[in-house]
Amino acid sequence: MSSGEMLFASEEERNAHRGDRYGGKDMIIRINSLSKKYKGADGYSVNKLTLNIAQGEIYGLLGPNGAGKTTLISMLCGLLKPTSGDFKIDGLSNLADADEIRKIIGVVPQEYALYPSLSAKENLMYFGSMYGVKDLENKINASLDHLGLLKYANKPIETFSGGMKRRVNLIAGLLHQPKVLFLDEPTVGVDIQSKNVIIDYLKKCNQKGTTLIYTSHHLIEAQEFCTHVAIIDSGKILTTGSPEKLIAETAQAQNLEDVFLVLVGKELRDYV
Amino acid sequence: MYKIWASVKKESLLLLRDIGALVILFVMPLALIIAVTLIQQGSFKSISNAKIRIVLVDNDRGSIAEGIRKNLENSGSFEVHSKEDAKELNESEAKDRVFKGKYQMAIVIPERLSSDLQIKVETNVNKILKDVGMSFDSTDANTEVQEKEIRLYFDPTTQLSFKSAVKSSIDKMVSEIEVASVYEVFQEQLSDSVSLFNDSSFLKFKEISPVIDNKEVIPNATQHNVPAWTLFAIFFIVIPLSINLVKEKGQGTLVRLRTLPIPYRIVIAGKTITFLIICMIQFYLMVAVGVFLFPLLGLEALNIQGKLILMSIVALFSGFAAIGFGILLGTVSKTQEQSAPFGATSVVILAAIGGVWVPVFAMPKFMQYVAGISPMNWGLNAFYDVLLRNSGLIEILPRLVLMLLFFIAMVVISIIYDEKKRAL
Repeated sequence: MSSGEMLFASEEERNAHRGDRYGGKDMIIRINSLSKKYKGADGYSVNKLTLNIAQGEIYGLLGPNGAGKTTLISMLCGLLKPTSGDFKIDGLSNLADADEIRKIIGVVPQEYALYPSLSAKENLMYFGSMYGVKDLENKINASLDHLGLLKYANKPIETFSGGMKRRVNLIAGLLHQPKVLFLDEPTVGVDIQSKNVIIDYLKKCNQKGTTLIYTSHHLIEAQEFCTHVAIIDSGKILTTGSPEKLIAETAQAQNLEDVFLVLVGKELRDYV
Repeated sequence: MYKIWASVKKESLLLLRDIGALVILFVMPLALIIAVTLIQQGSFKSISNAKIRIVLVDNDRGSIAEGIRKNLENSGSFEVHSKEDAKELNESEAKDRVFKGKYQMAIVIPERLSSDLQIKVETNVNKILKDVGMSFDSTDANTEVQEKEIRLYFDPTTQLSFKSAVKSSIDKMVSEIEVASVYEVFQEQLSDSVSLFNDSSFLKFKEISPVIDNKEVIPNATQHNVPAWTLFAIFFIVIPLSINLVKEKGQGTLVRLRTLPIPYRIVIAGKTITFLIICMIQFYLMVAVGVFLFPLLGLEALNIQGKLILMSIVALFSGFAAIGFGILLGTVSKTQEQSAPFGATSVVILAAIGGVWVPVFAMPKFMQYVAGISPMNWGLNAFYDVLLRNSGLIEILPRLVLMLLFFIAMVVISIIYDEKKRAL
């Protein structure tokens, strides 16, 4: 299988890629030939990438190190300016409505992105107030309670374990109930208990209508969690589809990891 | 407004929980101002209270050397030594001890100074009297006397300013002795008993200080020190502020801040307001130390009568300038290892070229121009204008505007730099 060609698990996938409806849902994200080339870099980190994501999906962006996943999410969040191309989120263009886009998206970065000397509650009060969230304190308490952190609400973040920090990080991205939540490796470095709590919480948010865009190296986790995935390499999409369909379409593939290795190859992907 | 308030609250909490930053912001400036003023006061006292150890090598054994010794002792500035272990020190021994730092200086009075001076003066007086036909003395009016040299040796570590001050006071002392000798010889020649001359100085000088509300304002070390070091302390917020910004990059909180639906100026405004409050607290603490603590330490009190409001305005605008610099430094620095040393060094450089240590008028011409571009110089002059020159708001307005423009320029550059970085 050539890594340069894009595969579709079904005709419906192809339609989704063209920007049509998918599974009776509207496309909430439409990415049009988006590219990013860093200054001084030899090639493109994201190369004329076109992708549409339907509302209500849990969409996994999977790929080896340096594939362009984080660069793609950074552009969608407004952290990086694309070199070329554009995208729309919920009909809002990145070129004209960047400020409006920020109101409807949430971001859970790979870093903890919290102030270590502030308590969990102080961190969340600050970030929530920046979104203008109403009834903020009650919402914070409810979220902390849901993720088992209420009794630590007033403890400084620097005293928290990695798993606890990840959970607070997640709440900070969700307080304003965004339409789209971008998650960059949200379960990296956490124990299995914290991971399960995080995944359950994300599923509940998704059921309430938040579209989740998620990157991970944990392919088994992605297989269980995502409704849809795109496998990316060298800044391009190699294939998209539901995990089940991709597994079924790939010869001798038992799981998403097999699909991934067939598409991406087994050689090391070190890069600087 | 609510978002700015939330930002201010967050920044305040971050600062309150950073003990190191609090020490830099409040304790260090207070320690600095007290230490510097005590040292300056101490060095002044050491000059005026005969604490400087000197060696006097008297090869003259006459009245002049005795006069110099008495003058030195009476000046209250020197502790005069001539012997060690009951043995008179000669020039070579004195030089050796001074160069090793045992004494600060040595004065070597040449041989026959008194007698030769007497001969020279008498010769000159006789020449004058002979010219007017009143010569009573048999001394030859044409007797030639060789010039004498009083040699001074200084400890090599002695500062140039101190050397100049000592040289000029010894020069004055010798001149006075010479003048007194001239009067004495005239007196001897013209009268045996009656005092003909009033040899007290005819010319005197008096320093006229500014008068405010019919009261003379006499500047003292405190009036100079408190504004200068307050400004220095205000600018030191560059360090915690830049570290605060760098930390946000490292912690990842900057990523979250950039994805918030708020303009970056809200984040900057939150930091600016918080650090301005810090600046004002620093300022009032320094003023309080000057007014209340200095007298208890035996130092002169800071006189801020009727000037506190204007001084507060100057402190506020100085704070703006310092914050602008801190924001730029924090924006362009990638690590604390870059921002902290650079921040500290650049504040010291700005203070040096701004005239905090050496007055601008005493700098070389080129450095005087350079001083004009230091925001610390604008702030310092604004403080001096208010405190020492009795200036009003209108007079200091140009300096305030410069500081505000500096802040705006720094913030704009930071925002542009930040935007460019995102586009990379």
